[in-house]
Amino acid sequence: MGKTIKLKKGFDIKLYGTPEHKYIENFKSSTFAVRPPDYMSLKPIPKLTVQIGDEVLAGDQLFFDKPNPDIAFCSPVSGEVVEIRRGEKRAIEEVVILADEEIRFRDFGAEHPNKISEERIREKLMQSGCWTFLRQRPFNIIADPTIKPRDIFISCFDTNTLAPDLEFTLRDDVDAFQAGVDVLDKLTDGFVHLGVNGKLDRSVFSGITKAEFNSFTGPHPAGNVGVQIHHTKPINKGEVVWTVHPYDVVAIGRLFINGVFNTQRMFTLGGPPVHYAANFKSYLGTGIKSAIHNNITTENIRLVSGTPISGRVMDENGHLGAFDYQLSILEEGDFHELFGWILPSYARPSISPTIPPVELTSKLPFVQKVDRFNVNTNTHGEKRAFVMSGQYEKVLPMDIYPVHLLKAILSRDYDLMEGLGIYEVVEEDLALCEFVCTSKFDVQDTLREGLNYMREQG
Amino acid sequence: MRKASFLRKQVDKLKPYVENNKLLHTVFDGFDTFLFAPDETTASRTHIKDGIDLKRTMVYVVLGMTLCALHGIFNIGHQHYNALGLYPNLTDGLLWKALYGICQFIPVFVVVHLVGLGIEFFFAAKKGHAIEEGFLVSGFLIPLIMPPDIPLWMVAVATAFAVIIAKEAFGGTGMNILNIALTARVFVFFAHPTFMSGDECWVSQDYNLLHTLAGVKAHTLDALGLDRVPYEGGWKSLIVDGFTGATPLGLAAKGGWESVLQHYTIKDMIVGFIPGSVGEMNKIIIVIGAFFLAISGIASWRIMLSMLIGAIVMGIIINALGGQFADNLFLQVPWYYHIIMGSFLFAMAFMATDPVTGAQTDAGKWVYGFLIGVSGMIIRVLNPAYPEGWMLAILLLNVFAPLIDHVIINRNIKRRVARVG
Repeated sequence: MGKTIKLKKGFDIKLYGTPEHKYIENFKSSTFAVRPPDYMSLKPIPKLTVQIGDEVLAGDQLFFDKPNPDIAFCSPVSGEVVEIRRGEKRAIEEVVILADEEIRFRDFGAEHPNKISEERIREKLMQSGCWTFLRQRPFNIIADPTIKPRDIFISCFDTNTLAPDLEFTLRDDVDAFQAGVDVLDKLTDGFVHLGVNGKLDRSVFSGITKAEFNSFTGPHPAGNVGVQIHHTKPINKGEVVWTVHPYDVVAIGRLFINGVFNTQRMFTLGGPPVHYAANFKSYLGTGIKSAIHNNITTENIRLVSGTPISGRVMDENGHLGAFDYQLSILEEGDFHELFGWILPSYARPSISPTIPPVELTSKLPFVQKVDRFNVNTNTHGEKRAFVMSGQYEKVLPMDIYPVHLLKAILSRDYDLMEGLGIYEVVEEDLALCEFVCTSKFDVQDTLREGLNYMREQG
Repeated sequence: MRKASFLRKQVDKLKPYVENNKLLHTVFDGFDTFLFAPDETTASRTHIKDGIDLKRTMVYVVLGMTLCALHGIFNIGHQHYNALGLYPNLTDGLLWKALYGICQFIPVFVVVHLVGLGIEFFFAAKKGHAIEEGFLVSGFLIPLIMPPDIPLWMVAVATAFAVIIAKEAFGGTGMNILNIALTARVFVFFAHPTFMSGDECWVSQDYNLLHTLAGVKAHTLDALGLDRVPYEGGWKSLIVDGFTGATPLGLAAKGGWESVLQHYTIKDMIVGFIPGSVGEMNKIIIVIGAFFLAISGIASWRIMLSMLIGAIVMGIIINALGGQFADNLFLQVPWYYHIIMGSFLFAMAFMATDPVTGAQTDAGKWVYGFLIGVSGMIIRVLNPAYPEGWMLAILLLNVFAPLIDHVIINRNIKRRVARVG
């Protein structure tokens, strides 16, 4: 296996309610949704090809983006289109499908990727909905079918808090994963790069062929594909690479082995207020109601689709995003804390040595060291101007100056943004910067603003 | 929503009364968030946040300086009684020395905060911002870097100048280019040179109202066997022969190291029971504070270490040149004694490490600290007017810090461009 890249910078936020290797048996969601906003680059109102009441199979098209009509966005399950949820200015937020008891798949035909042309592969991916899994960097948008990527990157481990352990959740899907890699290998003149966990002696991905391996060790964000690209073969101006999540590689593999759009995958459910944190099997865009039913210890909670540091808030009728693999549940922190800023009344995660990981026990004044935290959504302080320096750099294992990049975005200095490496990062890579910020700055929203400026500039 | 405590309910009851007045609301908000960490929850993509905030950061700096302040307070009293020939031993008249120091220090501290916080509150209300915590540190630093005998009006004007011109004019906490506390100090230095030069300001001589009320004045007169302060000459006429308020630096500038040793031992200079600025005297305490800040990650150890290296390097160079300039004996003071003289260590621990006015990149911090060390030493030794350099060196490098960062940032940009080959 290739070289091992040891990353030191970063931070693992260890929380109670980590799913480990447990299961929720027989998880079933009645509704599933495909969400246009998850795909970043889409127009707010994509062209719907179904109406409420239509019956669809898994793999039937639901809508397409007007500038790219060939890329189909398909239903992950079979059933009835029951709702089209709209947000501001009638933008479509969710197309909701009420799932059948038994999922029926549309047949796209099994084909071996080596026996068909690249053209045919592209066409098949676009028809079946699998093209939407391919994300292009810079910008983290759906891959442009007219561009051939320099390389394709897949991170085979997830270092996020409460994230699924891919070694565990993908152990039965190695064949489909290999098939997916075979397909991707045909789509680039470069390599398919797999970033694997360097801490493991044996990985389920070890036997994969037609891929370049790089192993990474270190705290989060070592598992972020953006960080891995930076240390393997960074993105330069004018270059385009694709990133694909292993779950989506498996789905692509299944398309070619079985001829179906089968997005079945293992999500995690976790967080301090969760009674039984575990993995559950479902399809893309799954509803989550049955996972949290009778499974939460407190009432005042926040449901997050995605990671606690880079996720989207939803309600219990919501659905996980297309690129979210975990449901994080957090207690709301909407309460005052007497002298909380100087004498924290409970332990909280921090990279600052001023906040030791200890909890006061009932037997005052004894303190107990904690290795996991009960977090809530309190901001622990108010927004301020940038004061501290060097903080973001401690949690970003990349040769990038994040504060200066953000300042370039705020001042809309396009050359500087480009020079400081805006093409190499997406929101999740700077999520920890937002977590550690003393001044409570909205790092990720600002970064997306900057990425949008750059995209508009073309 | 958790149940609100009794105290919380009382604070909430006050809220409606201040809603209509901008200034009152700002002040209320300041105290509210001081008493209680706010109930604000995250609203962006990051749903959980690190426990650190600016209040905690700033208070840690203040904690790091607390011992310096305590030492300074006692030393004010100790020097005062020494000058009068009373309680010559350190442990004699402990209570009276402490009491004198407290009564001398408190008015300065209060004036700095009344002026500084007043301006801060005013601008916060005007801009509709919350009160930012920067002045917590500046307000604590200013009394520590002033001479003990400074008149209150001078403190008030200097503080107002620093807060308005150096800070609010640039946009408030986090936006300033120059270190606030040093701007106040440099204002006193340039606006009142006759007061600052010479040896007198380093020992507090007079008695203010607080001293009288606390009975310190009566006690001192009693101990001196007088019934009133001499009409002519005032307290100054009571200073015993042979006592000098000269600081080691003042002595070194005039007569070199020999002259320093005639008055003070090395131990005196380390333990700091000698005349000088209020908080800058005890080197052991300052080093403890420096370690405290470096270990807690609040201040940059890179700046501290590189400033030390810079000062040592320049000190050695100056020593090497010493023989060629026989008329400036200061050049011949061994470099290692420079570390324990004057405000070098204090400036290193608490002034140069200001994250807002210093360099922000890690590499930049090395350069920044090193250049402070070098230029501070040059200013200290080679400047004929005033035998201290750190204040001016840090302000100078404050101005250059963005340039240093600019160079570092451009190197990063060039690396990125070079990758394309």
